[in-house]
Amino acid sequence: MTTPTLEARNLRTHFFTRAGVVKAVDDVSFTVERGKVLGLVGESGSGKTVTGFSILGLVDPPGRIVGGQILFRGTDLATLSEAEMRRLRGNRIAMIFQDPMMTLNPVLRIDTQMIETVLAHAKVSKAEARQRARDALGQVGIPSPEERLQAYPHQFSGGMRQRVAIAIALLHKPDLIVADEPTTALDVTIQGQILAEAQKLCAQYGTALIWITHDLSVVAGLADDIAVMYAGKVVESGPVGEVLDAPLHPYTNGLIGSVPSRNHRGAPLSQIPGMTPSLLNLPPGCAFRARCPRAEARCAEPPPFAEYLPGRHARCIHPHLDQAVPA
Amino acid sequence: MSETLEAPAMRTTDAPPIVEARGVSRRFSKTLDFAAKLARRLGVNVREEVVHAVDGVDLAIRRGEVVGLVGESGCGKSTLGRMIAGILPPSDGVILSHGRDLRSLDGPEARRVKLATQMIFQDPYASLNPRLKVEEIVGEAPLVHGLVRRGDLAGYVDEQLRRAGLDPALKKRYPHQFSGGQRQRIGIARALAVQPDFLVCDEAVAALDVSIQAQILNLFMKLRKELDLTYLFISHDLGVVEHLSDRVVIMYLGRVVEEAPAEEVFRSPNHPYTQALLAEVPRIDTRKRSFAGVQGEIPSPLHPPSGCHFHPRCPHAMERCKLERPALKAIAPGRRSACHLNDMV
Repeated sequence: MTTPTLEARNLRTHFFTRAGVVKAVDDVSFTVERGKVLGLVGESGSGKTVTGFSILGLVDPPGRIVGGQILFRGTDLATLSEAEMRRLRGNRIAMIFQDPMMTLNPVLRIDTQMIETVLAHAKVSKAEARQRARDALGQVGIPSPEERLQAYPHQFSGGMRQRVAIAIALLHKPDLIVADEPTTALDVTIQGQILAEAQKLCAQYGTALIWITHDLSVVAGLADDIAVMYAGKVVESGPVGEVLDAPLHPYTNGLIGSVPSRNHRGAPLSQIPGMTPSLLNLPPGCAFRARCPRAEARCAEPPPFAEYLPGRHARCIHPHLDQAVPA
Repeated sequence: MSETLEAPAMRTTDAPPIVEARGVSRRFSKTLDFAAKLARRLGVNVREEVVHAVDGVDLAIRRGEVVGLVGESGCGKSTLGRMIAGILPPSDGVILSHGRDLRSLDGPEARRVKLATQMIFQDPYASLNPRLKVEEIVGEAPLVHGLVRRGDLAGYVDEQLRRAGLDPALKKRYPHQFSGGQRQRIGIARALAVQPDFLVCDEAVAALDVSIQAQILNLFMKLRKELDLTYLFISHDLGVVEHLSDRVVIMYLGRVVEEAPAEEVFRSPNHPYTQALLAEVPRIDTRKRSFAGVQGEIPSPLHPPSGCHFHPRCPHAMERCKLERPALKAIAPGRRSACHLNDMV
């Protein structure tokens, strides 16, 4: 078996705030293979973005990685120095953010920003760097890339800006791209275009992709594997089709049930009662138990992240095994 | 929430329209400032920029119906919603609310008609006054409009909050002490406190997480049944619209391109734009599909394409589409579509 592109093992990122320790990421494990897409799904505050930031080493104080390993092709990223991390970031690992207006510098032209990125990691002439930038823009489907290089970020539409951000992420043909809600701010037809680019990319270069989103429908169409997060923990992971067809964890089950298109038209949506708990001073045991229809006394103890079916993990002591038919 | 609700009843033809828009347009123009006027004096080619946010739309909403208004950003769906709610006057055309032209009314009668239509906004953070307590937010309007006496106000507010699924014990709190879903419930309680019969919901669940969104959608359906409400539900989320609506209206760059009963439009969309839109919607039941994407960008509403606005992106575009604006014509009972292709058969 080959080394996976990225493997997170029991990753913990905590924020030491004045009000107490916020366990934003608390025991997160997953694997992404070369050329595969992992959908990291969760509601707001579930810790999915902080997981992405931890991989890139972008967690700022008061946050800190307090435990676990992030193995990138066998190397633990959590132990690297800032200088070593800088050599990887933007080169072998890249990130795409939700809001491309925040990632692009508004006062610099696109060519300046792209050439800078190329020269940061490759010893090439400026002319060649520009050539690479132009090729990258062409690859993500930006018409007349030569002219568009001269433009400023505000001259692009939202979808085009996100393409520029993807082109910048692509410049060094990275092994791993972490994409944090990259299509959430875009319209449906533009989202379709971006998803098409992402698929092409994985197939062409064997780039592994971690696609962070709250939208189960996007993950259903795009990802190979899925990891569902709740209150800082991965509560379920496995191949996308199996998880969505027969979820093991009651939270995944509830989440899928609340998607309107899964329900009979006009019938009441099945809903998860209550709301997501505060991550501050979370009591031990299953964080979902207050909202869970299957909760019992034993849930007050921390449930193990166990493999119930081949390749399918869940953090629950009474999973929905009755629904699951082994493939 | 164990009670079962029936599927939305189809009450389409016989009921009179509760709100009707006739040939409604709305233009926003940027007037020239001093420097621009000076530049024009000096012979520089500067012109006033006019955005046709809504361009000649006819829409009738009948009593008891839930109409879903769908479109991508900048298509004018919110502007149309605001005009129908009566908070934005149209540039052309008339809005008839309960059979009365909003502009021809004044005094107490205008207030009565306007109160019957209420709006629920997208952002539960921005649409509630942060300096008012929940009881003031909900209780202010019914008191001002004389729907309730001051002595009965506390009980009335409690009832409104309970109906929207909030604990009345929380009414002394301020909006920032609530979560997003609870704030949206406050917005709903505020709208219902003046006893409207028609609600315009502008992206009312777009800012909420999936599990909270399901709670709010269920609340909308419960209230519809209890209070016999009519909804105009504006959303970019086709899944939500499909679930909730009896009838769907699809807009593209300020114009209605298709209008049909929800089931039919999702089963067999007629307009090429609707077809493209529905093909791109990610669905939880489709696995590992290849995305294609409609070609091209949404054009700027400052300079919309000639003829049919969709023609530069349309796979079936002909010469005629570039020249002539297609009319919204009936293609089947209760279905209308604005496409020249329908004339060819």
